[in-house]
Amino acid sequence: MGAVGKIHSFESFGTVDGPGIRFVVFLQGCPMRCLYCHNPDSRPLAGGREMSAEEVAREAVKYRSYFGSKGGVTVSGGEPLVQLDFLIELFTLLQREGVHTCLDTSGICFREEDGRYEELARVTNLVLLDIKHADEEAHRVLTGIGGGAPRAFASFLSGRGVPVWIRHVLVPGLTDDDGALRRLRALIDGLSTVEKVEVLPYHGMGEAKYGQLGLRYPLHGTLPPTKERIENARRILTEKKV
Amino acid sequence: MEAWRGFETGKWSNGEIDVRDFIQHNYTPYEGDGAFLAPATEATKKLWEQVLELSKAERERGGVYDADTDIISRVNSHKAGYFDRGLEKIVGLQTDKPFKRALMPLGGIRMAEEALTMYGYEASDRVKDIFTFRKTHNDGVYDAYTPEMRRARRAHILTGLPDTYGRGRIVGDYRRVALYGVDRLIKKKEEDKAILDGTMLPDKIRDREELSEQIKALRALKEMAAEYGFDISVPAVNAKEAIQWLYFGYLAAVKEQNGAAMSIGRNTTFLDIYIERDLKEGALTEEEAQELVDHFVMKLRVIKFMRTKEYNELFSGDPTWVTESIGGMGLDGRTLVTKSSFRILHTLINLGPAPEPNLTVLWSKLLPDNFKRFCADVSIKTSAIQYESDDLMRPELGDDYCIACCVSAMRVGKDMQFFGARANLAKCLLYAINGGRDEMVKDRESGLPLQVSPKFEPVSGDGALDYDDVVNKYDGMMTWLARLYVNTLNVIHYMHDKYNYEALEMSLHDTCVRRFFATGIAGLSCAVDSLSAIKYAKVFPVRNEYGIVTDFRIEGDFPKYGNNDDRADEIAVWLLKTFMRKIKSHTTYRESIATTSILTITSNVVYGKNTGNTPDGRRAGEPLAPGANPMHGRDTNGAVASLESVAKLPYDYSRDGISNTFSITPQSLGKSGGERCENLISLLDGYMQGGGHHLNVNVFNRDTLLDAQAHPEKYPQLTIRVSGYAVNFIKLTKQQQDDVIARTIHESM
Repeated sequence: MGAVGKIHSFESFGTVDGPGIRFVVFLQGCPMRCLYCHNPDSRPLAGGREMSAEEVAREAVKYRSYFGSKGGVTVSGGEPLVQLDFLIELFTLLQREGVHTCLDTSGICFREEDGRYEELARVTNLVLLDIKHADEEAHRVLTGIGGGAPRAFASFLSGRGVPVWIRHVLVPGLTDDDGALRRLRALIDGLSTVEKVEVLPYHGMGEAKYGQLGLRYPLHGTLPPTKERIENARRILTEKKV
Repeated sequence: MEAWRGFETGKWSNGEIDVRDFIQHNYTPYEGDGAFLAPATEATKKLWEQVLELSKAERERGGVYDADTDIISRVNSHKAGYFDRGLEKIVGLQTDKPFKRALMPLGGIRMAEEALTMYGYEASDRVKDIFTFRKTHNDGVYDAYTPEMRRARRAHILTGLPDTYGRGRIVGDYRRVALYGVDRLIKKKEEDKAILDGTMLPDKIRDREELSEQIKALRALKEMAAEYGFDISVPAVNAKEAIQWLYFGYLAAVKEQNGAAMSIGRNTTFLDIYIERDLKEGALTEEEAQELVDHFVMKLRVIKFMRTKEYNELFSGDPTWVTESIGGMGLDGRTLVTKSSFRILHTLINLGPAPEPNLTVLWSKLLPDNFKRFCADVSIKTSAIQYESDDLMRPELGDDYCIACCVSAMRVGKDMQFFGARANLAKCLLYAINGGRDEMVKDRESGLPLQVSPKFEPVSGDGALDYDDVVNKYDGMMTWLARLYVNTLNVIHYMHDKYNYEALEMSLHDTCVRRFFATGIAGLSCAVDSLSAIKYAKVFPVRNEYGIVTDFRIEGDFPKYGNNDDRADEIAVWLLKTFMRKIKSHTTYRESIATTSILTITSNVVYGKNTGNTPDGRRAGEPLAPGANPMHGRDTNGAVASLESVAKLPYDYSRDGISNTFSITPQSLGKSGGERCENLISLLDGYMQGGGHHLNVNVFNRDTLLDAQAHPEKYPQLTIRVSGYAVNFIKLTKQQQDDVIARTIHESM
């Protein structure tokens, strides 16, 4: 107990971060360097505002009258699993208050041997699992790290009965490939607790932040996918198999 | 009586004028959805086309299509006027021609003349002659104003005062015309006047005179309707007549008065009773019922007044605040939502969005789910609805109150108010720092900074401002300002009663009315953040050559209002309570009950123009935030945190209303239409449960606004909500458009 987290920011009207209206906690720090990241300022492990899990829980619970029957708290980032102890304590406190807990993660830090993940599964009501790429090598090119841990995390959640929404960012030239999408579909089909699959079309709105940080934007010039390609991806990933 | 066939009797039919009782005994609550609604008829479409054509021509003529130069507008001053006599189901225009604006000089002859010359017209010699011996409200006010009042006005620390324009904010119970017919109402007023006998002291003499004026106005109302071929001495017998009679009552009000806000009340549940009866009798189809509502609303959309340039800068976009209050809950637990609540919102679909009538939903967590969903859906499509918390207002006001203007709640026909615009509390803080000397305005004779208040001790030295010292001086300055403000309004309202009495509107009130004295606060969030900066950071004064502090250097960070941070929000609560207590300590005209509002409409831009650099970092001339909104861009924890800060302001201390504007892009509300509706409903429920009073909801794209700014001709009907009312975006000044665009639009990344 008494875990301290490094907070990037809060969003009190989270409407695209899980079901209902959510209080979103963005944590500081991520080990990946995804080419399309739109929150580059949340990636460095240094920085952020230090707050205890209790302080964050207290802040979040202030907004419970907006949650309705579906809403609650989502922890995103950055990569929340980097601050696993803090995350577990925060979710424990929130569940005690009857608040729905949601984790927005890539699963990149997952290790089967780490017993804390059992604890995490117990206190998490929903996971938004962002699978970057189904193929190992492409995953490494896209994020800097291989895709083994996310796949293992997905199976782990399945096994523990934790509800999952799969999210996949569709980027022309990087992930928008029918073959890759079908392999991702196969992966998803092997899971048993997937409630929803969301295709997130790439957007370039994060580019402005790179300049401010003195970084070059890796995807300069990449356009968002067309409506047809988005529909295509949705079909491949969600269409019921006959 | 034929007109009342099938109606359940009650006090209302047993000798009393009691519209609420009639409603309670006869209305049909509706908990279903909007599937029954009918589209626009051919007649509706043709008429609306004509309105759009005339609107285009009006824009091309610089904002005014045509204007009276000789007829002085009274209830029965004009011959009948029509758009298209065969097509209109509801008739009646302010003058004898569509889009022709009336001449209303009783508020002030100079202003009436100025408005005419602005557009290339000139008042006739006859009119000019009359006003050499007939005094106006404006003349009277300036005869009584003290030098201090004139200074405060000139310096803009008291702002937007209704001393050059009609005070408005009075809502007649127009339903009485339909339910009872005018003769019954005249009879009641005559009975009331007969009771006013005995010792003739000034108050009683005035009351007798006012009742005589009211009776004359009612007679003129009958004559006005007769011009259109209607005998409204008797009650309406069906829905068409009910709407027509009610509209005639309202039309007479807007022919007699050009108040800033000419709101219409809470009429849809009342009218639904007649529509339901007609539907049951087979006398009306749903298409015809919707057509009546569409045509009625069309008339409300074309109410217009001649205004001066100064007025247009304060309240831009040609507003009339024809506020119609919809829904809410009854005291007995039944909802007051009827099918007509849906019908009137449906006009936003049948006729397209528009800022008028100012459709206001009285929101309760107990409202039927179907209605909530319908409202949210219409909001997302049109941004033309505002929401106010019925749960907050009902305990004090009951279930037959309405909203006047934007946020001011009053019981229909039983309350009236003396509108008082605003005091600029951000500027007052600067006065506290500078001992009452203005940071922008110079004394005309000496050329030195104008001493507006009596000499107060200014902040001395160049060290960081001390919070306790500043608060102490601010308290003293607010004491001075509150006294001056109340006294200034006393002058204004005495003269308005004397020279520009609202006889028709008051004839549709109970003779014994409750009066409110509605003051207002501008610059709240700016003042709060400034005090927060002084308290939590270090703020160093920067003086000009006269020793006046005209700028500030801030070192360090400080909590800002709009982030649900008690450190800043507590300052806001303190400020509101402190100022209100000071207002309440003074004697008000005609024993009216002092209230305040936190509402600015578009005048936040003008008030900002006249306020210097403030300690929160805001630059001189930049707009203040509208109403109770946080300052632009300072709410960094998201929309709900922003709402929560506003919801902390106690409505008990601000009973004239607390205005909050909420702007969002559709994508930020959710991923699908259904989700967006649900989230908007959760937002409204959460906000109002937390004590929030009012919310303007704008759902639009930044791109839409930028495009509308560049190509206004593409968006004649783009409606947005600005702190308390909706406006055609293209009618705003460029600076106001920039303000709206820059204002915090909550995007999600």
